[in-house]
Amino acid sequence: MAIVDLKDVHKSFTKGRERVEVLLGIDLAIDQGDFLALMGPSGSGKTTLLNIVGGIDSASQGHVTVAEANLNRMSGRDLARWRSSTIGFVFQFYNLLPVLNARRNVELPLLLTKLSGKQRRRNADTALEIVGLSDRAKHKPGELSGGQQQRVAIARAIVADPPILVCDEPTGDLDRETAEEILDLLGILNRDHGKTIIMVTHDPKAADHARRTLHLDKGQLVTEAAA
Amino acid sequence: MSALGLIWANLQRRKIRTYLTIFSLLVAFLLFTVLRTVAVWFEQGIGDTGGVDRLVVTAKYSIIESLPISQRAEILAVDGVEAITHMTWFGGNYQDPRNFFPKYPVEPLGYFEMFPEYIIDPDQLNAFANTRTGAVAPAGMLEQYGWQVGDKIPIEADIYPMSDGSRLWEFDLVGSYTTEAEGGPPPVFLFHYDFFDEARQFGQGSVGWWTVRIGDPERAPEISSTIDTLFENSLNPVKSATEDEFGRQFAAQIGDIGLITTGILSAVFFTILLLTANTMSQALRERIPELAVLKTVGFSNLKVAMIVLGESVLLCALGGLLGIALAVLAAPGINQAMASTGLGLFIIGWEVPAIAAGLAVLLGVAVGTSPAWSANRLSIADALRRS
Repeated sequence: MAIVDLKDVHKSFTKGRERVEVLLGIDLAIDQGDFLALMGPSGSGKTTLLNIVGGIDSASQGHVTVAEANLNRMSGRDLARWRSSTIGFVFQFYNLLPVLNARRNVELPLLLTKLSGKQRRRNADTALEIVGLSDRAKHKPGELSGGQQQRVAIARAIVADPPILVCDEPTGDLDRETAEEILDLLGILNRDHGKTIIMVTHDPKAADHARRTLHLDKGQLVTEAAA
Repeated sequence: MSALGLIWANLQRRKIRTYLTIFSLLVAFLLFTVLRTVAVWFEQGIGDTGGVDRLVVTAKYSIIESLPISQRAEILAVDGVEAITHMTWFGGNYQDPRNFFPKYPVEPLGYFEMFPEYIIDPDQLNAFANTRTGAVAPAGMLEQYGWQVGDKIPIEADIYPMSDGSRLWEFDLVGSYTTEAEGGPPPVFLFHYDFFDEARQFGQGSVGWWTVRIGDPERAPEISSTIDTLFENSLNPVKSATEDEFGRQFAAQIGDIGLITTGILSAVFFTILLLTANTMSQALRERIPELAVLKTVGFSNLKVAMIVLGESVLLCALGGLLGIALAVLAAPGINQAMASTGLGLFIIGWEVPAIAAGLAVLLGVAVGTSPAWSANRLSIADALRRS
């Protein structure tokens, strides 16, 4: 069953007087529990497609259904609420809040829930345990290595137990060894925790960790490769 | 961690900048609380006059002109006047010019009858009335200068030398007086007028001003007018007013304190507004990707805007409250410094701090609205693209 269903999705921007077509009629179905790698050259529309699936950008045209929600019809407020429960985001540069320690960074999405402070902390600790960083809970991002920061970001992404993780170049800022650790962790989240993962990457070795890989070029899906 | 914890953590991002901004706000609100209290103090008339049934009669053109003692009988004869007494500005210094406090030669019995709010032991009052060189002072003044009843208090005259040319007056301290009012009586040193009038080199038979008790306070304007008319064409025309009005007129001689303080505070707050607005704008610019992340994880536009606004309000409220608290803590010190002026008590009531607190929140809202609006409109995709 498709957890992500895109039909004839177009996206265009206006840059000055010029209209830039970024996505040109994307049709895409991603099954629940899938691990999909999106590859393609810079400017091909990978991140835009990821943002549309994650509900942080909207399609100019076409239908976007994610986790049974029709994103085309949702207001900004509803989308925010939907994102908090459905999507976990992992970015290339981690995007942690430098003023908060690891536990508090992970706890952030739970501020929107009705959980008690104690329960929020417990959930954050569980998420940190899953990513192997229990002993760094009180460290601020500046006191952690890149790999550790990305693990904290992954813990933040999974703490509200969303069914889908969208990862934008999650290993793009890491050395090979650390990148492998992060990709293994994503693999575990996919296999053992049933998370559907959509990952944008330039790195073919990273894409090897996915179950299937899609190539995007000039706003269109061009090939599909199964792992 | 709560939303407030998040706001506080964000303020801690650049500690020096945050603390300097809070310090600027502290100074602004300290100034506001003190200056507004001073302005209100002047607007309402200086000191607690204690009674509404007293008129002050001074020389028409200047308070420093003296009045002949012969006016007493004529004023006392005015319909509605019940009692009269007088005071004179003596000036003078006790040991050091910095030890300044007003010193009035008075009629002992008449003075304490006119001002029943000042409490004196009857035996001490009797001693004051019967000792020509006698003097009394507020209990606080005895404590301040280590005086005891029976001490001789030397005062060096600057206006009134003695008839033998000496400037050193010596008084026998025969008692002290107090009041039930907060802060005690004004720090006025009182001594016997008869001794003063007899021993001074010049000005015999004159007084500084009259204080008159009237039977019906509602007749104050009419009685004032009658007294003024009585001496209109004499060598010593007078001007009468209730004590409250006299206080206001006295304050007005210093200037329009309200206007002055408003001018100063406007300049201070305009500067603070720009400074804090700049701080908040900088804080917003630095954190655009982070605000986008908050939206990404599910914070609505409104929630993110409220966090930004909350930071601004918290920053201003903290600075404001610290400034107000410091002003309240400094009030006793200001009082002590002002005590020697005899202008009355500097009391910070609840109104000025309440207005200051409201102003602090308002400033926070004014300063935070624009960044909050920007945060509200921030596009996640655009912001993340910039990071």
